[in-house]
Amino acid sequence: MSERIIEFRDALREAMTQEMHRDPRVFLLGEEVAQYDGAYKVSRGMLEEFGPRRVIDTPISESGFAGMAIGAAMLGLRPIVEFMSWSFSLVAADPILNNAPKMLYMSGGQFGCPIVIRGNDGAGGQLGSTHSWCVEGMFSNVPGLKMAIPAFPDDAKGMLATAIRDDDPVFFLESERLLAMKGHVPEGDHYVPFGQAVVRRPGTDVTLVSFGRPVHFCLDAAEELAKEGISCEVIDGRTIRPLDIDTIVQSVRKTNGCVVVDQSWSFGSPGSEVAAQVHAHCFDDLDNHVMRVHSADVPSPYAANLEQEFLPNARRIAEAVRSALYVA
Amino acid sequence: MSSVTDPAPPVTSGGQPLAERTSATPKQLHEWLRQMLLIREFEVRTMQAYQDKKIGGFCHIYIGQEAVAVGCIAAVQHADPVVTAYRDHGHALARGMDPKYCMAEMFGRIGGCAKGKGGSMHMFDKPNNFFGGHGIVGAQTPLGTGLAFAKKYQDEVIDGGVNKHVTLCFLGDGALNQGGFYEAMNLASLFDIPVIFVVENNGYSMGTSIERGTSMSHRIIAKGEGCGLTGYEIDGMDVVNVYEEMKKVADIARAESRPAMVDLRTYRFKGHSMSDPRKYRTRDEEQHWETGDPITRLRDAMIEGGLIDEDGFKALNKDQKIAVREAITWAENSPEPDPSELHTDVYVEKFGPYTGTSQPQIVTDAEESR
Repeated sequence: MSERIIEFRDALREAMTQEMHRDPRVFLLGEEVAQYDGAYKVSRGMLEEFGPRRVIDTPISESGFAGMAIGAAMLGLRPIVEFMSWSFSLVAADPILNNAPKMLYMSGGQFGCPIVIRGNDGAGGQLGSTHSWCVEGMFSNVPGLKMAIPAFPDDAKGMLATAIRDDDPVFFLESERLLAMKGHVPEGDHYVPFGQAVVRRPGTDVTLVSFGRPVHFCLDAAEELAKEGISCEVIDGRTIRPLDIDTIVQSVRKTNGCVVVDQSWSFGSPGSEVAAQVHAHCFDDLDNHVMRVHSADVPSPYAANLEQEFLPNARRIAEAVRSALYVA
Repeated sequence: MSSVTDPAPPVTSGGQPLAERTSATPKQLHEWLRQMLLIREFEVRTMQAYQDKKIGGFCHIYIGQEAVAVGCIAAVQHADPVVTAYRDHGHALARGMDPKYCMAEMFGRIGGCAKGKGGSMHMFDKPNNFFGGHGIVGAQTPLGTGLAFAKKYQDEVIDGGVNKHVTLCFLGDGALNQGGFYEAMNLASLFDIPVIFVVENNGYSMGTSIERGTSMSHRIIAKGEGCGLTGYEIDGMDVVNVYEEMKKVADIARAESRPAMVDLRTYRFKGHSMSDPRKYRTRDEEQHWETGDPITRLRDAMIEGGLIDEDGFKALNKDQKIAVREAITWAENSPEPDPSELHTDVYVEKFGPYTGTSQPQIVTDAEESR
């Protein structure tokens, strides 16, 4: 049987349409998701398939429609909110941070918030600083939400389907840079459980841990380092909340080295959290302290060369690995 | 027009006998009087408990505004969602919450409506379709649009019928200046969502009078009209008037599936919160509004109409005092939340340190009595 190859964006759409067929409570809303077919064509054809009551164009009004979706989720609907970019979520900070992840707790278990908020996250498209947010650092700080970042098309489908079925609010971070990526994606039901990291490349000398698009930077770096005789094990964390620290620890106990690669800024980030947890669990296993590669601690620049240097790119990862292994 | 410079209570009703100006039955009138007395007594005891340090945090008292919550909630059906801001005790009680869960919530006890995790500003009552209790000014307005959206979606998209519901979304006049409120009104209008934004216009957002903080303060419904909402100005100090006017607004919103905005003129007799010395307004102004006390107004009208006598009123009031005293005793006897409660209700799913969720007593009691 030949493997079916589709784009990352098609995999996302397949998860949404399958879940919308399964459950009438699921609906999609956001800017340009319906008549325009989605700013990035993720929702292409969905208006035709489900009609305007379930695929809803909103005005540019993130605070309003995110809050509206949260209210609807309190009553048991299962909204999928598309932010054209997570950069625009900042004007909706109060509903998405003060309401969605806290509603269950504040109501003493009475009202949950089964919502999925999804959109593009991260720099790389020369969009300048306002449009290049990596929200992982800021938002993963908040208990009550889950955070998923797929790096491959099959995970895009399987993790989004899981997110839609989840009873808790899920922040689903996509990368515009990956939407055209092609890969094998299973047809029919496909669910990837949260909190299960996966080893993308086995290795013996050092463990690379990353989430989302930078997983690909890690794989590129591992390929280069292999030519120098350095064997990297690359772990794709998949979800930041819940974090699968067990898979990471298991790998580090084998390699005795760890480099965490995270596209958010370093200060108070998933990268610093993973590093702290690895230090706590693997203190006696490590041959060096955990190294971290983040986006540079500056606003994301526009100029192509500066933006590439800003990102946790393969060259910077390779340098960190050599340093971790005391290779000059 | 009521304002700080012209503080006359906006008496647009009264004078005529009750029978001529309301379709409400004597039973309904008695119930509204009972609810207002209950809220008044509850709030008096809440202030005492706060001063005795049995209640912590921020605490906002509803005294003076009783006719608003009671009259508005009486004008809708039990299945219609209600959501409000942080001055929420009155709405919770008017919606039917047993005062014991409300008091226990403020006492930080496990028997509280939210297991003591929400406090005064965050009351929730699922069995009574009461969706909070929200602490950030204006934050409940997009939620209100969403609750009404969900009801309509359930009625029409899932059940294949027509919309049967209307949502009450209360806000203070201070929330008029929050951006989210305009987004909530715009979306409600665009999508034909049956939500009524009930502005409890008490003239002050904390210590800032409406003239100092809000443009068009003499006619705030213009803000709703700018989004295509029909606006209504209603005397909020007379529960019969609130009910009669709100009934019309709610019936139209439900039947036409359209949003509306209501400017309900009222006055909080106490400060913004328990720590407010009220230096921004005069004693004369306060006394002026106190002459329009909504409880006195209904009591006098009912006595005049022969629906209650002095003894009957005293007995009704005494019953509410007993009910509140019992609520306090119940709250005091409810245990503090077990430390393990710290990690429940964070996520529905159990993982890591999180131990899942469970329904509070207010829900399990309702399920048992059903």
